Amino acid sequence: MSKIIDDKPKPTIGDRAKDAVDGVQGSQAWSSVFRPGSIFRKGYTDSPRNRSYVIMNSVLYHLHPVKVKRHAVKVSYTLCLGGLSFFLFILLTVTGIFLMFFYRPETTAAWNDINNLQTSVTFGLLVRNMHRWGAHLMVLAVFLHMARVFYHGAYKPPREFNWVIGVILLMLTLLLSFTGYLLPWDQLALWAVTVGTNMMGYTPVFGQEVRFVLLGGAEIGAETLLRWYVLHVLFLPFVIVIFMAIHFWRVRKDGGISGPL
Amino acid sequence: MTEIPEHLLKRAAAARDKAKVEPAPAAEEAPGDSRIPAHLLQRSKAAKTSKDAPAAEPAGAVAVADKVGAVVAAGPAEGGVPIGAGPGGHTQRLLTVVKSGTIQDVKAVPVDKVHTWPHLLAAEFVAALACTALTFVFSIFVHAPLLELANTNQTPNPSKAPWYFLGLQEMLTMFHPMVAGVTLPGVGMIALILAPYLDRNPSNKPEDRKFATSIHTVHLMFWAVLVIIGSFFRGPGFNFVLPWVDGLFFEL
Repeated sequence: MSKIIDDKPKPTIGDRAKDAVDGVQGSQAWSSVFRPGSIFRKGYTDSPRNRSYVIMNSVLYHLHPVKVKRHAVKVSYTLCLGGLSFFLFILLTVTGIFLMFFYRPETTAAWNDINNLQTSVTFGLLVRNMHRWGAHLMVLAVFLHMARVFYHGAYKPPREFNWVIGVILLMLTLLLSFTGYLLPWDQLALWAVTVGTNMMGYTPVFGQEVRFVLLGGAEIGAETLLRWYVLHVLFLPFVIVIFMAIHFWRVRKDGGISGPL
Repeated sequence: MTEIPEHLLKRAAAARDKAKVEPAPAAEEAPGDSRIPAHLLQRSKAAKTSKDAPAAEPAGAVAVADKVGAVVAAGPAEGGVPIGAGPGGHTQRLLTVVKSGTIQDVKAVPVDKVHTWPHLLAAEFVAALACTALTFVFSIFVHAPLLELANTNQTPNPSKAPWYFLGLQEMLTMFHPMVAGVTLPGVGMIALILAPYLDRNPSNKPEDRKFATSIHTVHLMFWAVLVIIGSFFRGPGFNFVLPWVDGLFFEL
């Protein structure tokens, strides 16, 4: 009897690891996280079916179809500008949330908070820089994306409405950048916003009223800072995300990106 | 790897075996063995020989039938299952070929497509990484401006709007504020929104869109030049300066 037991091969570390992986992947918890067909359930070997499953059984399916037109993946056609605009928005959200931990929208505290962030918070200066330059880059990317779409005639039927959404997104991007401009509460912020909002006051009929509501008074002050903070971190991101969702949805519904030329 | 269902594989194997066991009729006896009724075949032969016969209804039909015979004959020569013969031994006659698009309106033309993963996702991932790297490295070396605390009693000279509004501010030097700050940008934005409805040209080929391309380029260049002048060529009092002589009056 003992001989038979001895003949049984001892499991190697590799076997044990494989058993452990199989055990985890076979568990109810694991399969509750990953959908049937997910590559995290059944592994990935390169095949047309698995290539489809990568998209179909992941959250990416909300953004991308399983297949796209061959010319649509050419970087020289889109220059990735739309995707990069979206990515910069995500980057700005992440860095912006970090900045919110160290910032109070009060005229007595705002500038000091930014100053402390730069001097005393680990990576504070770096993250603030990334937020600033990322914001300028996003304005540029959205603008160039619009130019690219125009030159490709991509706004033509059936994509007219998506172009309109795109113009709204461009304006929202400018507004997001502009509202963020005031928040450091330094001389640059105050006077740039003064110049910008003075122009707005010349709008006929309701110009002064809109300016009054936006500034929370006749001149820029503590109320303006609070209002623009809320606009910048909550209201405008909320609105722009809704319009982005419509924009991306329409891209797919209108038959993917335009072209080829 | 595409997986072929078991029953289809079996059926294909059976068909192959059948073709091997009973070799299809040889080519020379094909016309006689084409399973076309003998009287029809006779009629066709007669029609063929009498060349003066007008191209009446039987002649047309027969000519087709003859062709079917040829097809049936050609099939076995290639060593497969006879093409024209169905499982019940039926022979179809080819009456006419309707090409797609002649009667039906084919709307969905096949499109050359590739898988999003990896073709698109890989490119997007690299672009996102490059973008992050660019922002990251730039942020290490160039710091965002933080001037002294805001002071409503001390107006800096010059006071400039953010760069993307400097085109508007530049126009303030030329027009009444309502025109420069409201009318012109308003008209520009409305024109931009209405562009797809104003442009009735259905083509997206650059060579067909010279007017649209030109006017858009002029529009973009107009703003770009104004922004550049406003950013770099305006100094104290918003007067014209040369940046290489008087220095930069510009903060991002």
